[in-house]
Amino acid sequence: MPAVTAGGLLPAAVLVADALSGALGANPIQRATFQTGLLALTLLVLSLACTPLRLLTGWTWPARLRKTLGLLAFGYAALHFLIYLFDHGFSLTLMTEDVLERPFVTAGFTALLLLVPLALTSTPRAVRRLGFARWTRLHQLAYVSVSLAGLHYYWGVKKDHTSPLIYAGVIAALFLVRLLRRPAATRPRRVRAEPAPRAPR
Amino acid sequence: MTDPQTPDDAQPQDQQRRILTPGSDLNPRREFLRSATLFTVTAGALGGGLELLTRRPGAGSAEAQSADPFARPARPLGPYDTKEAVTPYGQATTYNNFYELGLDKADPARLAASLKPRPWTVRLDGEVRKPQTVDIDTLQSWFPLEDRIYRMRCVEGWSMVMPWLGFPLAALIRRMEPTSKAKYVQFTALLDPKQLPGQRQAVLKWPYVEGLRLDEALHPLAFMAVGLHGRVLPGQNGAPLRLAVPWKYGFKGIKSIVRITLTSTQPQTTWALAAPSEYGFYANVNPAVPHPRWSQATERRIGELGRRKTLPFNGYADQVASLYKGMDLRKYF
Repeated sequence: MPAVTAGGLLPAAVLVADALSGALGANPIQRATFQTGLLALTLLVLSLACTPLRLLTGWTWPARLRKTLGLLAFGYAALHFLIYLFDHGFSLTLMTEDVLERPFVTAGFTALLLLVPLALTSTPRAVRRLGFARWTRLHQLAYVSVSLAGLHYYWGVKKDHTSPLIYAGVIAALFLVRLLRRPAATRPRRVRAEPAPRAPR
Repeated sequence: MTDPQTPDDAQPQDQQRRILTPGSDLNPRREFLRSATLFTVTAGALGGGLELLTRRPGAGSAEAQSADPFARPARPLGPYDTKEAVTPYGQATTYNNFYELGLDKADPARLAASLKPRPWTVRLDGEVRKPQTVDIDTLQSWFPLEDRIYRMRCVEGWSMVMPWLGFPLAALIRRMEPTSKAKYVQFTALLDPKQLPGQRQAVLKWPYVEGLRLDEALHPLAFMAVGLHGRVLPGQNGAPLRLAVPWKYGFKGIKSIVRITLTSTQPQTTWALAAPSEYGFYANVNPAVPHPRWSQATERRIGELGRRKTLPFNGYADQVASLYKGMDLRKYF
């Protein structure tokens, strides 16, 4: 979906323009870290909203946006991480210490790591090579990733937890839709077990 | 093979295929319309969202980057001044933590107009011989005003260099005449949601309370600021009276003080109550004691991109380390 890609990349362009014009304020690195993190989480939530939306409405178009949104989320998460690395002078020692000693960082780092295999297997070829069932199972890691990302956001906020709690609520609602709609989703398996009625030749 | 399959039969593969590949069966006009709509919606939603999140009035970069309009004429540095470059007025007054005026760092500058620093009285009481309520202008006139160029290190990992104008806290405390029971100083900030709209949210327990041990308060570095950059203290920086204790994290520097009480017991301070594992009563700047979520070993000086090493007691160890002799500063953080 090139249109969604272009739309999704617009915030990155705004971010660069803001950085160049000084509109990111007195602490631009911190601002950019925060913005890219929030964008990554938002896009991840949006990509995970596609399937529930399809289940609830029967529309097929949200499902076609899912991959693009997921890849955009990964892109912003990677950018978020790169800015963090820049902020720490690209010191792997400092990064390792942070990841190992501070649950807040561990959660965010793990959320990003889990997105890597998903991004790598986002091509139709990867689906074919893995087989749809295995590919689907692998991509369920997105649930774990979004949960950890939400936790990372919650821990990262100093005091007012309203916004992270809203995200947590949306994530929980998306999970709930899937759980409740499970029986419907398993219907195809029953059909597959029986020989499909052939159309008359 | 003909196409009319039952809907049930069509589901597994067909749906997968439809999910995984863009609908090429659409005619070009519809596809174009759909793309245009999607682009507009996505761009609008994401771009608009980012716009909302990033730009806040008051974070004016032009002012922050221009030459300091309130730079004071050069004067000989005093014994407590740092030689480091002073943070420009624009940045020092638009990047503030003052939760009573909003949680975003640009909020205080935006909302400071609601804070009315005159008329203003300060209550001086507790374990003192002369409890009294005094007008801010009278209180200020008791002491000759001094310049102090202090580093300020925020617990969040950023720092500034602030040219304060004010008087030593010790002078005020001596004037209050502490009794022998006085062991601590408790400061209380203004409680008035009309002037401080952030207090309508119970983000913290209002009013904001901070405290010092009496010997810390009597240290010559402990300072009551009434001005900044040679000007009257702006609302967002804690007008009309605030505390500056440069060897401690910034949140100890309570703003808009209405009451100073000498007590015999350690005050219950706001952030220590809100998150005892993260913010202690002492809050001495200490690169060796990390915050639970980040290291305190480095800091970013506002205006710089990189980070610099954080110094023990924010570089004031020679002056203040003796106050904490024999204390485990990991425990009393």
